[in-house]
Parts: sequence; C-alpha cells; structure tokens
Amino acid sequence: MNANPNDAPLVLKLDKITKRFGALTANGDVSLDLRQGEILALLGENGAGKTTLMNILFGHYVADEGTVEVPGTDGSLQQLEPGSPNAALEAGIGMVHQHFTLAENLSALENILLGTEALTSFKSSRAKARQKLESLMERSGLSVDLNARISDLSVGEKQRVEILKALYRDARVLVLDEPTAVLTPQESESLFSTLQKLASEGLGIIFISHKLDEVLSASHRIAVLRGGRKVSDQPTEGCNKRQLAELMVGKTVPESNRDSKEAGAPLFVLQNVSTGQGRDAITNIDLELLSGEILGIAGVSGNGQGTLAKLISGLATPQSGSIVLNGAPLTTASARQMIDAGIARIPEDRHKDGIVGPMTVAENLAIETIRKPENHRFGFLKFGAIAERAREAITSYDIRCQGDKAPARLLSGGNIQKIVLARTLDASPVVVLAAQPSRGLDVGATADVHRRLLEARARGAGVILISEDLDELMRLSDRIAVIHRGVLSEPEKTESVDRGTLGLRMAGQSKEQAA
Amino acid sequence: MIRFEPREPASLKRLILIPTIAAVTALILASIPIAAAGLSVFEAYWLMATGAFGSLFTFTEMLTRATPLILTGLAAALAFRAKLWNIGAEGQLYAGALAAVAVGSGWIDAPTYVLLPIVVFSGALAGGLVMLGPTLLKTRLGVDEVVTTLLLNFIIILFVQMMLEGPMKDPMGMGWPQSEPMLDAAALPKLLPRMRIHAGLIIALISALGIYILLKRTVWGFEIRAVGENANAARHAGVPVTGTFIKVGLLSGALAGLAGVGEVAGLKGYLTADLSPGFGYSGIVVAMLAGLSPIGVIFAALFIASIFVGADSMSRATGVSNYLADLIVAMSLICVLISGIFLRFKVRFIGRKSVEGAGK
Repeated sequence: MNANPNDAPLVLKLDKITKRFGALTANGDVSLDLRQGEILALLGENGAGKTTLMNILFGHYVADEGTVEVPGTDGSLQQLEPGSPNAALEAGIGMVHQHFTLAENLSALENILLGTEALTSFKSSRAKARQKLESLMERSGLSVDLNARISDLSVGEKQRVEILKALYRDARVLVLDEPTAVLTPQESESLFSTLQKLASEGLGIIFISHKLDEVLSASHRIAVLRGGRKVSDQPTEGCNKRQLAELMVGKTVPESNRDSKEAGAPLFVLQNVSTGQGRDAITNIDLELLSGEILGIAGVSGNGQGTLAKLISGLATPQSGSIVLNGAPLTTASARQMIDAGIARIPEDRHKDGIVGPMTVAENLAIETIRKPENHRFGFLKFGAIAERAREAITSYDIRCQGDKAPARLLSGGNIQKIVLARTLDASPVVVLAAQPSRGLDVGATADVHRRLLEARARGAGVILISEDLDELMRLSDRIAVIHRGVLSEPEKTESVDRGTLGLRMAGQSKEQAA
Repeated sequence: MIRFEPREPASLKRLILIPTIAAVTALILASIPIAAAGLSVFEAYWLMATGAFGSLFTFTEMLTRATPLILTGLAAALAFRAKLWNIGAEGQLYAGALAAVAVGSGWIDAPTYVLLPIVVFSGALAGGLVMLGPTLLKTRLGVDEVVTTLLLNFIIILFVQMMLEGPMKDPMGMGWPQSEPMLDAAALPKLLPRMRIHAGLIIALISALGIYILLKRTVWGFEIRAVGENANAARHAGVPVTGTFIKVGLLSGALAGLAGVGEVAGLKGYLTADLSPGFGYSGIVVAMLAGLSPIGVIFAALFIASIFVGADSMSRATGVSNYLADLIVAMSLICVLISGIFLRFKVRFIGRKSVEGAGK
C-alpha cells in the first residue's frame, strides 16, 4: 500500500473497551486508533466481536468499560457521549451497515436527507442538498441517480447511497460492516478504489471483513480480533495470508479440499425449466447433475438462484419443462415428494425455512421424517425413539446445545445449520441441494459444512452448491455454472475457470466478453 | 430506564403463577368501580364468591356456565396454536345448535343411544363445516380469516333467526321465534337430580383432554405446532401445511359446534336466537387466559364462569349492574396479555448510567 499516513492526526481513539453480554465477553480491553486518511481493516471471524465494537463506537451499545474519543472543535481528543447514535453522527462518524438501512419506497435523495432536516422547517432545501451531493459524487467518484427509488437500485448502488449518506453528513470517520458480502468481485474492486480516493482526501475508514484477500489489498493497517480481544495490529505491509488466518482463527483450520474423482452417470436433470416471476424468475434452465460430483452455481443474490432452490426443494412447480430423477420424471412438486425421493435440501435462510424455533432440537431433527413408522405408532409419537436418535445426531454432528429438549431458537447459527445437516444428510440422500450453506457461519462451522458436503459426494450423491462465495465454489465444486438474470450457463470444469472471469460473468457479461 | 431481556422457556410454576397474579390484579382494579358504586368491596366480592361457590346449586350453575366456555375456549386455543385466527366460534356454536335441533326434534325417531350420538355428531359437523369455508378461502386465496370468520357470525345468527321465524318455527310456540322442543331421546342426560348441570360438561372435559393429547403426543399435533410456530420451515420440511389448516379448521369449528349442542340438548331443550350470551367471543378470552393450553382452558373457563355467575348473583342482591362481570373479565384479559411480557422477558429497571440497547 502506498502513503502510510503515520503522522496524520488521530480522528478516532477507542480506549480499553470492554463489553460483556451475560457470561460472554464480546469485547475485552480492545484499544484501537484511526488516523486521518487511513484505511483500517478490522479482521476477525464471525463472533469475534467486530460488529459489537463498531456498535459501541456508533452508540448502539454502551461499553462496560473504556471510552470512545474523537477530536473536538479545538482538535484535542474528547470523550464521546456513550449510548448516543446522535452524538456519534454529530462527531462525524458514519456507518454503513451490512444490512442497509434505507427506506425502499423513497428516492436516493430523500433517503440521504432523512433525519438531516429540522422537523420544524416548512420547505426542505432540496436544491442545495442536491448541489452538495453532486459535488460530493464528483469528488469521490460515487455516482448514483439521486431521483431513483431505492427499490429500483442494485445492491452496489444501494451501498453507494449509504456511503453518500454518511459523506453528506460530513463524516470524518466511515465504518463499513462487511461491505463486500453482497458485491461481485468487480463491484468490490470499484468500492475499494472509491475508498482509496476518499482516504486520500482525508477520510478515516474502518472496514470490517473476514476475507483475507481484500483486507490485504485494500488497507493500510490491519487489526485482528479473536474471541473479543485484539490479537494483532500492524501495517498491512509485511502481512501475509497464512499469518493473518492463524491470528484470526487461533489454530490452523484444516481446509477441506476435494480429491479428484471420476463423476458418475447423470442423476438429476432439469430440462428446459422455467418458473417464477419478476427479478428472481428462471427461464429455460437445463441442468444435469452427475452422481459423485459437486456442481457449483455462482451468482449474485436475486438472479434466480432462490427460485432454482425453491424448485428443487419442491416449493415451486415448473411452469414449463421437466425434472427427472434417476431417469424417472417428477411430476407434481411438493417438499414431501422431494424428501421421499431422496433429495436433501439445505435452505438458504436457515432461521426462516430451516428450523421451527420454539420447538425442541429433537423435534427439529425429526420433522422431515415425522410420518415415517420409526417416529410414530398409529399416529402417536414415539418419544423415546425420537429422543434417542436426536442424541445420536447431537453427538455425531457435534451440535452444541443444552440437550435434545432445548428449543432450537436458542442455538447459534452454526449449530442450527448442523441440525439441518443432520436431519437431511443422515438419510443418505441421492441428491443434495445446498443453498448458501456457509453464509454467516464462522470458519469452524463452515469447515464442518464443507466436510459433510464432500462426504456426501464421496458416497456418490450429487451435490448442487448454490453460493456467492467464490472461494467456496472453487474449492468444492467439480463443475461451476453461472446464473444471471435467471439464465444458467453451461457448467465448466473448475480447473478451467478463473476467478476474474467468473466474477465478470456473475455481473452479466457473456463468456466471450469475460474471457 | 427499563430493559427487557428474553427469558428461557418459562417454568410450569411461572406459567400458573403469572395468570393467577393477573386475575387477582384484575379483581383489585375492578374494586375501584365497585367502591364508586357505593358498595363495600369485600361485601361485593363475598357475594360474588358465594354466588358462584356458596351452595351445591350455585356451584353446579357455575359449572353449567363453564361448559360451553370450555368448548369455545378449546376451539380458539386449538386454532390459535396453528395461527389460524378463528374468531367465529359464536357462529359455529349456533350452527351446531341448529343442526342438533334439526335432527333432534322429531325428524329422526330413534332410541337415545342411537339418536344422541347422531345429534352430537351433527352439531360438531355443522360447526366444522362452517369453519371449513374461511379455512379454504385462507389456504387457496389468502383471504384473511379474521374478517371472514367474524363476519360469518352475523350471517349465521341471522340465518338462525330466519329459520326460527320460518321453517323451524314451533307451531305450538305461541308465536315466539323458537324451534320445536327436542325429543327426550335427544337430550343430554342431567348429571345431578334437580340441577341444570348436564353431560355436556363431560363432553367438554373429554374434549380438553383429547386436544391436550392430540397436541402433545400425536403426529398431527406435532404438525399443528410446527405450522403454528413457523409455517415456512414446516412447509420446507414436508409438513402438509394446507392439510393441517383444514384439519385444525374442521376440529376447531366442531368444538364450537359441540358447545351449541350442549346448550340446546343439555340445557334449553329448544333453540332461540338468544341462545348464547357471547360464549363464542368469551371463548377467545378463555383461550388467551389459558395461554392456549387445553388443560388451562378448563381452569380459565371456570374462572370466567364464576365471575359471570357470581356477578349475576351479586347484582341481584345489591342492585349493582352485572356489567361488572364484563369489566372484570376484560381487565383480567388485559392483565394476562401484559403478564405475557413477563413470561417471555425478564424486566430490569436500570439507572441512566448503564443505559443500552435492547440486546442484539
């Protein structure tokens, strides 16, 4: 990285922040400072305390110990009033959350102005605001149609609106929480070049990430959090991936890699299938899944992969075309039929579609097979057998919970995913549909998911892996296809695909253009 | 500053304790208007207590009043567990009563052991079929069942009035809009001589036990709970969501229909358009007081029945309006709904110094 702004004045200082939630210490004695014009990457696994720290900075939480300091009018550092987002905004701290906080039915301009105008003023000074924003856009290279409704904008554009919102309020510090989680590689690159530009104009930037590549390429300094504590804080120059990964995880995580292996015969075939409406519809999809392979489907969310997953889950019926499993067509689609045909389905939104939160771990493990004779006699549940199998699954899948009678909603995301894995994969399915299976999971849980998928592959099952994470796709898939605007490309051998081309094709360029 | 922290599943002790405290609070709050009416609060509540529990007669009267409330309470509790918002127990009760009278007042002539089951079954079936319509509209077309079930109440009650003024009017009824009396063979037996308490209570108690077992121990109950708690996940896991709604709708309507059967075949002996003083609506209160627990419904129904019967008796003795009963019932419902917060959250009062957001 160029230009290390080592002697620029401090714009932010977090001093010995400690925050506990019950027995859990989310942040322990964390100190962090940020200089004008500096890009600081905050690296850590899920649950390492990155988001908690930023929420304290922004006044959503109050630290149990420690202070947040920002320069006052005279330039000397002063303590920021804790627990007040307004004070944080006043002090020039802008935050771009992972999940955007925009009103979908208002225009970009209206969203940016929201909360900045006095309630008592009759006319809003739109013209002046627009002028200021236009000059901001010109300086920063962030261009957005200010009159467009938020609901019509792409994810990348929405993010630009969020950044403009912060800049409009004269932010001196910009915090971005996992800004690239929803972007294509190209969009990410353009985001980072914008951030460079903003930093060179004197903005202090903190971005939160767990992706090593982007942290290394886009920051001046890297701070690593692990288990709520800062374990490292050093200039990006001289860091390398391996060292950062170890700092982040604390132990070396064995990477799951697939062994090379001949795939078998066609197992599961979609022929010219169209269904769904609007943005997420799919049109004329052909897909041939072989036994013993993992077929990766890359794409930016909202390009039809949701509908494709629904279709294979039995929650949507094809409007045209046909689905063939083991040579026999599946006529009416229902979740029940898919389960009985041996199709394991791992839903994208595990909280919404995966578990019934208030029901117990045992009940959630049994729900797909509740009508099978092993779970009931004359319609009466066999509690003993259900609990017995639940305890086996809890042991063999290492589900961390207070026992088989604990409500599933009390479990962490990783353990909820393990419930889903246990109940779907234990039935030795012939086809596995995994939709964004590691989204939001930490490194350990992700490794678990990958191992299970590879095991299914080794057993001879066909696995369809829908993901936005290119690393995951490249590592696990035998073949990769790209879905864009509901059209699925011809799958290619992973060995012959490179990340850059894949990214361009996710963004909608044809294979020839991307090459 | 008040902070709410989510609580682990509440213990049984807490589940019983909190509604009890809510009921007591309601009685305390209701003592304000009693005092304003110029009555001694203790005297009023004493009169109410003796009015409901003072003698064998008043006690059986209270149980007689509780009988339809248990059934309509179960109708609401079962439907609400599946998040099927059946507000139409009142109409389903009338439909059940109408069907019971239709088959039980001379159309079929058979001995008791044949006729009575037919009467009971017809009433349940009629209630169930009334609820089937709104359920199908919900599952097929996404029509809000709160609206359809509520409005269906008025349609059914007007239909009953039409029948009572027309084809089903008793020719010997001196012109009153009432049905022909039911045959003796179609009547539910009395439980005690010279008292009004009837076998409908047994049906209600068995139903409560049955619904308890259904929800707790069977595959259907499992599916009902899953659909109620997270219909998306249930559908994804292969639970027949539409089928479950239809089962619940039929069963819920049937329970309310049974309440109607009990009132005509056990108590009145004939049908009039003022058969129910709002048992269907009170059933919703019963179910909410009971926290949607089928066994809890029994106790909640007894509580509400004793308030109603006790308040009637107090009203006769003192001249204070028996609307007081409605007031107490309404207050208990509000108190119970508020207490629901205490079941789900720990509430902490904390100083300004350590203010923070309500958790992640």
